[in-house]
Amino acid sequence: MQREFVKAPFKSGVLKWIDDRLPVLSWAYNELVIYPAPRNLNYWWNLGSLAGFMLVVQIVTGVVLAMHYTPNAEMAFDSVERIMRDVNWGWLLRYLHANGASMFFFAVYIHMFRGLYYGSYKAPRELLWMIGVVILLLMMATAFMGYVLPWGQMSYWAAQVITNLFSAIPLVGDTIVTWLWGGFVVGNPTLQRFYALHYLLPFIIFAFVFLHILALHQTGSNNPLGIDLTAKDKIPFHPYYTVKDVFGLCLFLLLYGALVFYAPDALVVPINYEPANPLQTPLHIVPEWYFLPFYAMLRAINFDILWIIPAKLGGVLVMFSSILVLFFLPWLDTSKVRSATFRPLYKWFFWLFVANALMLGYLGAQPPEGWYLTLSQLGTAYYFLFFLVIMPVLGKIERPRPLPESLSEPVLGAAQPQPAK
Amino acid sequence: MRRAVVLVVLMAFVWAVQGEAAEVTEPVEREWPQEGVFGTYDRAALQRGFLVFKEVCAVCHAVKYLRFRDLAGIGFPDEEIKALARQYTVTDCCDDAGEPFERPAIPADPFPKPFPNEQAARAANNGALPTDLSLIVKSREGHENYVYSILTGYLDPPAGEEGPEGAYYNPYFPGHWIAMPPPLSEGIVEYPDGTPATVEQMASDVTQFLAWLAEPTMEERKRLGLRFFLFMLVVTGIFYAYKRRIWSRLR
Repeated sequence: MQREFVKAPFKSGVLKWIDDRLPVLSWAYNELVIYPAPRNLNYWWNLGSLAGFMLVVQIVTGVVLAMHYTPNAEMAFDSVERIMRDVNWGWLLRYLHANGASMFFFAVYIHMFRGLYYGSYKAPRELLWMIGVVILLLMMATAFMGYVLPWGQMSYWAAQVITNLFSAIPLVGDTIVTWLWGGFVVGNPTLQRFYALHYLLPFIIFAFVFLHILALHQTGSNNPLGIDLTAKDKIPFHPYYTVKDVFGLCLFLLLYGALVFYAPDALVVPINYEPANPLQTPLHIVPEWYFLPFYAMLRAINFDILWIIPAKLGGVLVMFSSILVLFFLPWLDTSKVRSATFRPLYKWFFWLFVANALMLGYLGAQPPEGWYLTLSQLGTAYYFLFFLVIMPVLGKIERPRPLPESLSEPVLGAAQPQPAK
Repeated sequence: MRRAVVLVVLMAFVWAVQGEAAEVTEPVEREWPQEGVFGTYDRAALQRGFLVFKEVCAVCHAVKYLRFRDLAGIGFPDEEIKALARQYTVTDCCDDAGEPFERPAIPADPFPKPFPNEQAARAANNGALPTDLSLIVKSREGHENYVYSILTGYLDPPAGEEGPEGAYYNPYFPGHWIAMPPPLSEGIVEYPDGTPATVEQMASDVTQFLAWLAEPTMEERKRLGLRFFLFMLVVTGIFYAYKRRIWSRLR
């Protein structure tokens, strides 16, 4: 598993001189050029590099936007409109950044579903997965605070609703909320700290992405068969996966471009083009699409749990647990077989999980009443059943299909499943 | 295949549930020249719309993001903009003695507000605050259709329905009672190009002007988008071929 560190071959003496003293070039050579990648990776494996690309886009556009944005409750909204109207290419930067968040989440969610399908979180990749969950949490915090910055109606009321969640914590809840706000209402101090953190967190995400790649390259990539591959089933990252990633990036950019140039406001609620008004609550407060499934789960808990946990706290706990449960996934899944290709039952539960997540996303945008509420509750139940019951039990009772020995070898006919170790 | 069936059943269910949602008066659906991938603003309509805005809407509504010089974007020549600005008087700060003074507006000035502050606006409008119209088309569900529907949608209230004092019945407005009196009536402006100033015509024109005001960079965005797509389609094709060629070495 441990690869030998190879010194990069240099034609230039200068580069060699530098590399002898600071081996960053050789490091890049090892990790991005000769890194042995499985030869059977499908296009679902493109999403990781796309997410990385989006992080860079967000940081670059974000830094330039920050040069023109004013983090002040009186001026924030106007400064954003100034960017849209008067700053050269300002409209492009802002649409790239606002829709970039959506594209980032889009890539990361598919990336995670891919990991879920092919068992990429299983030994020896548990930490790789957990670092990914940390990145997701950081992304959510960053995106939420970024959404507040334009200080439109939904910015303001989203900040109000989300920060208020912390008031559900017994005893210290209200104190925490006051501390988060920097006052007794969502106001200028809230906006200014969100701005500072919105600028800081992406760089922390960047550090975790670095760790994510470090952990990935330590164990090597998983692959659609989920078996451990030998050296002859691997190919150098460059040029095979560099060119495949660039081609994937082109397709991804077509989608991104369609949003930015032809539907730049498709994913935001119109009312966020109205300045924040603390005296007027919007009819429906909805978060951005990438939070909708979690929002649906938050609102699904409209009853006290076991008579002791009030509904509001219950909803908050359920929402945070829905992410935290992902940390335990490597141990909740008891199946030794990684890829769902060889797991006839898991495959069904997986697709039901995807459908359930989409349904929760839809329900998160609807008022929490009647059928919407009932479905949200059923969806929440399945979300947790999937991780806490189905995953552990299925690994024990499911009979996986026989695993191939390697990419080139035919499937061993034996009924004995190969352990994926 | 089975997956597809499951998905279709699920979606059908979701649609069925959605159908039960509470009834809202949907704005009338109209076609707008600025819609679609190749849609652009109709300059003649924008200029007529500006006239309606200037003579009708601007009596009560502010547009904080419009400066006179921005009107070059709807096709007014510089001299006309200068002449237009000169018709307005603005208070500037300050003369050599430190006193505010009045002067004719210049193109760099913002379009003057009808009221100096919120209280004055409310006092003059039966307690209601006329919304700033800079972003009205972007900030309302239904966008252009909504604005047009409000402007043309005044009706006599249904029998038995009683609104607040001084409010008007308009089914397209949330809550159906709006503080704004019907702003348009036939011939309230006279178009220099001879277009008959019907309520529908004026509503359509001013809506288009407000759509432009909400996003003056829309045409630039679509133009750049077109170039982006032409470029990216070529690049995507090249990389597709390149990827296939490199991977063919493995076979």
